[in-house]
Amino acid sequence: MPSFGKGSVNKIAEKPKDFKDSIKKLIKSLNSYSKLISLAIVLAILSSILTIIGPDKIQDFTNEILNGLISGIDFTKIVNMAIFLIIIYLLSSIFGYLQGFIMATVTNKFTKELRNNIAQKINKLPLRYFDNTTYGDVLSRVTNDVDTLGQTMNNSIGSLVGAIVLFIGVIIMMFINNWMMALTAIFSTFIGFILMTIIMKKSQKYFNTQQNELGRINGHIEEIYSGHNVVKVYNGVKDANKKFDDINKKLFISSKKSQFLSGLMHPIMAFIGNFGYVAICVVGAMLVIENKISIGSIVAFMIYVRLFSSPLTTMAQAATQLQSAAAASERVFKFLEEKEMPIEKDRKNLDKIQVKGNISFEHVKFGYNKNKTIIKDFNVKIKSGQKIAIVGPTGAGKTTLVNLLMKFYETNSGDIKIDNISIKDLTRENIHELFSMVLQDTWLFNGTIKENIIYNQKNITFKEVEKACQIVGLDHFIRTLPKGYNTVINDADSISSGQKQLLTIARSMLEKAPLLILDEATSSVDTRTEELVQKAMDKLTEGRTSFIIAHRLSTIKNADLILVLKDGDIVEQGNHQELIKQNGFYAELYNSQFEN
Amino acid sequence: MIKLLKRLGKKEWLLVLCSTIFIIGQVYLDLKLPDYMTEITTFLQQKGSTIKDVLIPGSKMILCALGSLTSSFIVGYFAATIASTLSKTIRKDVFQKVLDFGMEEINRFSTGSLITRTTNDITQIQTVISIGLQLIIKAPILAVWAIYKIAGKAWQWSLATGIATLVLLTLITILVTLVMPKFKKIQSLTDNLNKITRENLTGIRVIRAFNAESYQENKFNEANNELTNTNLFTQRLMASMSPIMNLVMSGLTLSIYFIGAYLIEAANLMDKINVFSNMVVFSAYAMQVVMAFMMLAMIFFIYPRASVSAKRILEVLNTNINIKNGKISKDITKETGTIEFVDVSFRYPDAEECMLENISFKINKGEIVAFIGSTGSGKSTLINLIPRFYDVTSGTILVDGVDIREYNQEYLYSKLGYIPQKAVMFSGTVGYNISYGAKKNIQKNKIIESLKVAQGYDFVSKMPEKLKSHIAQGGTNISGGQKQRLAIARAITKNPEIYIFDDSFSALDYKTDLSLRKELKQYTKDATILIVAQRIGTIINADKIVVLENGKMVGLGKHKDLLKTCQVYKEIALSQLSKEELENA
Repeated sequence: MPSFGKGSVNKIAEKPKDFKDSIKKLIKSLNSYSKLISLAIVLAILSSILTIIGPDKIQDFTNEILNGLISGIDFTKIVNMAIFLIIIYLLSSIFGYLQGFIMATVTNKFTKELRNNIAQKINKLPLRYFDNTTYGDVLSRVTNDVDTLGQTMNNSIGSLVGAIVLFIGVIIMMFINNWMMALTAIFSTFIGFILMTIIMKKSQKYFNTQQNELGRINGHIEEIYSGHNVVKVYNGVKDANKKFDDINKKLFISSKKSQFLSGLMHPIMAFIGNFGYVAICVVGAMLVIENKISIGSIVAFMIYVRLFSSPLTTMAQAATQLQSAAAASERVFKFLEEKEMPIEKDRKNLDKIQVKGNISFEHVKFGYNKNKTIIKDFNVKIKSGQKIAIVGPTGAGKTTLVNLLMKFYETNSGDIKIDNISIKDLTRENIHELFSMVLQDTWLFNGTIKENIIYNQKNITFKEVEKACQIVGLDHFIRTLPKGYNTVINDADSISSGQKQLLTIARSMLEKAPLLILDEATSSVDTRTEELVQKAMDKLTEGRTSFIIAHRLSTIKNADLILVLKDGDIVEQGNHQELIKQNGFYAELYNSQFEN
Repeated sequence: MIKLLKRLGKKEWLLVLCSTIFIIGQVYLDLKLPDYMTEITTFLQQKGSTIKDVLIPGSKMILCALGSLTSSFIVGYFAATIASTLSKTIRKDVFQKVLDFGMEEINRFSTGSLITRTTNDITQIQTVISIGLQLIIKAPILAVWAIYKIAGKAWQWSLATGIATLVLLTLITILVTLVMPKFKKIQSLTDNLNKITRENLTGIRVIRAFNAESYQENKFNEANNELTNTNLFTQRLMASMSPIMNLVMSGLTLSIYFIGAYLIEAANLMDKINVFSNMVVFSAYAMQVVMAFMMLAMIFFIYPRASVSAKRILEVLNTNINIKNGKISKDITKETGTIEFVDVSFRYPDAEECMLENISFKINKGEIVAFIGSTGSGKSTLINLIPRFYDVTSGTILVDGVDIREYNQEYLYSKLGYIPQKAVMFSGTVGYNISYGAKKNIQKNKIIESLKVAQGYDFVSKMPEKLKSHIAQGGTNISGGQKQRLAIARAITKNPEIYIFDDSFSALDYKTDLSLRKELKQYTKDATILIVAQRIGTIINADKIVVLENGKMVGLGKHKDLLKTCQVYKEIALSQLSKEELENA
């Protein structure tokens, strides 16, 4: 099914449907790493505590200097203090680094595991699942969602723990030092923080519109570039430009605003720092004059103010990050929890070499979704070695039959039998082993021509590869390519769609399976080449049952049995001559090529 | 990068100038702050100071901070304006340029790459400019000014600051040189992982049919391992960044105080308090100096990324377009609907051999002309020369008696109705797609008429909102045959002199193909029709058939004649129909 929406374009304000549930699942799946994560948390706490002790010791340090202003400074004390401080700083850094190191390790191991699980899951899901899901959706789970999760874990957990400890610790230390100064520091920081929250909320809105406009302009560019020919010949350039200018202008406005607003964070932070500083100094001065505190504690508070504002920002950032991580994990786990194809145990096995190839469809009924049946009551008996052609208008259910035969989908009712054994009693793997299948949509991957032809088949010599290519008439063409059989196939290459089809035919020839399915396999190949390939195929599949689906009637004229499908039922069957004589649907279809 | 900046307008340069002034102001105010700090600390030291003494410099300090905040707001606004304007301008320039490209230029870059160049690369530039512009102006000013401020206080402090800066810069350089190349690698490894997953998804039926699930999983596993290891390497290294930075910063403060203790001890009694407040202030300035150098380092950190993007954008903007627009934009001969190829040869750029050689023929008004030949024989290439997707290598093509290179392109296109092999759909309504590029006041009747001729009326009228139904980007919500019929309706709506069908009928079944051609001929009696086809049935009644083989014209004539005279044609025909059928037809 096609999807109209492109998923959510913006990744900023995404919220999970069930925050608690997805976090729970995330924590559960992190179970095997729990020891390492606990260690990282302990390290983060230690590192933060040491960070907080620092200013307190600096305060003693300054007081010591001040005390010595007149009477002379006690240098043994000072040196000791300095050494102590250096040790604290060093330990704090080492713990901090170890924490980061452990989290990086855990995160990467975890995301790797997740990606592998998703990749394996793809192959365990029934094809039905992909009818309703776009590739882009699955793809974005493998990369974007897993990345979001990884990044959040990597950045947030350490910094969040650190920030909380710092936050609580600084408050405690400040209150131990002097409650009035503490209140001053907290109060002045909070004023700034409220200001920042307001701005963040505002900029969020513009960020969203910016993301949307960006998505729109990218869509427009993609569309116009890929339809470049048509845009030009239909003089659509003006129209394209007009639309582009319109979106570009909107994007300009929203990106300007969001950029401006997000750029405010830093100066505001700096201002809060300065404001807090002055507040501390003024209140501190009052207290010093009243002899309630020492100068040293003002110095300490100057640092406390700075330490206090940073965990607040960290926590706010971590909160939004956690939210998007929860949304990402929700999607990842939802995919991993999708219902898989049933595991097949205790099944019969048909031997690839001994199978005869008698196939029967008995009262087969099927629909991709419940309220729309595509195959109504399909019955046919195919004898070993027959060449079966299936024709009919689009939507008649031709490819569906193949899907059922290959057990990609299971019938709603009725049965399909190979050599009198129901395919329900065979494993999917066993069935796939029996068939060679070539589809209209050629599937080639990024690799050399040789790799593409051999694919996962074992014990294939290069000679065999060459021979298959000679049969389909590609050998000469491949040799004219710069690296011959080792030429890498990529997206922007000079291999035509017809040649691609021939490559996939060569691939399936090597499979030497007893049964053959060609689903519009030569639709892009010209008829002369097709005839040659067909002759070669016939030789290869001599005595083997084969199914051919084709639009082009010349492709199937020499089939032993032609099944004419219409709306999920066979309306006519027989060979070419018989069907022409019947003068029915097939004859009409066939003769339409001579009419004028 | 610098070349791209040239695209900024006068107004933007004025904004840059204003920003600089405000940044100078901001730096001045920022550096003024520690002065007030000194004042405050000095007051605090002196016995008998009142709160008033502290309040005055305190309020001045807050004013300074407010002033600095305001300047950063203004600078931030200017920077955002400049960056957004620049990206808007470049985006438009690139888009415009690509629209002017011919097939040759597009193929050279590939569509996908052009898309990234117009989208991601420009976004990248915008981010870098908005951050980088402020940095590049502010960092040197701040560095110089802050150094100037602390210079002459005590060389020991300066030395400590210098060492701290040096250590940090070395650290950053090491990290960047180690990590940067890996970052690039991570990008390509992620792409690779994506590619394998996409491969797995698009080939899901083939993979299952080959029982190749574990083969694919192994492949994925390998790519995943490589990605994870590279990620692990960079992240472990990057984890050291902030602990070391913290260590150096705290270490610097400590050293300043520690050195301060000795300086105070060495000073005479009167100066001691002075040195003490100097020490507190110096530690603040020292941080500014370090920050300034860090900012400078940041520029080196982000510049390479922007520079790569800038290069990619400039490549597009500096491309010479081979197809030059002509001047003729009205009919200067009496001919209409004629096409003549005079000794046309064509060779793809960089190719060794000619794709088409010495092709000559003439098509008259109202004729149906078919082009046939095996895959790779040059049919599509030949037909693509008429709308000038490529220009001929030698020879000339005349439309209505005029060399097509002399026409204004828009005028030439107004004569042509081109339907490509793969139908192009735009997101919008069915009606929008059919009337694409047509004049605004197109009548609804006309659209429906075209749809009927294109055999598309039936399915469109079954759609929930008929002509107003939405077509998704790339036409993913309708079938291939439906797309093809809409594309044909689009051409009919245009009412061109010449129709060019580039293998557009193969997605249709015989019956639809037949009725479409019948009705088209009736509807457009005078139009010349060019058809590239695979099926003999499609072309059997054409007025002229051009048979191509390896880029050469090996036959020209009617079906019956060609059967007798042209071996290639005979072979093609016999591969599709039996002898008797051919004779009876």
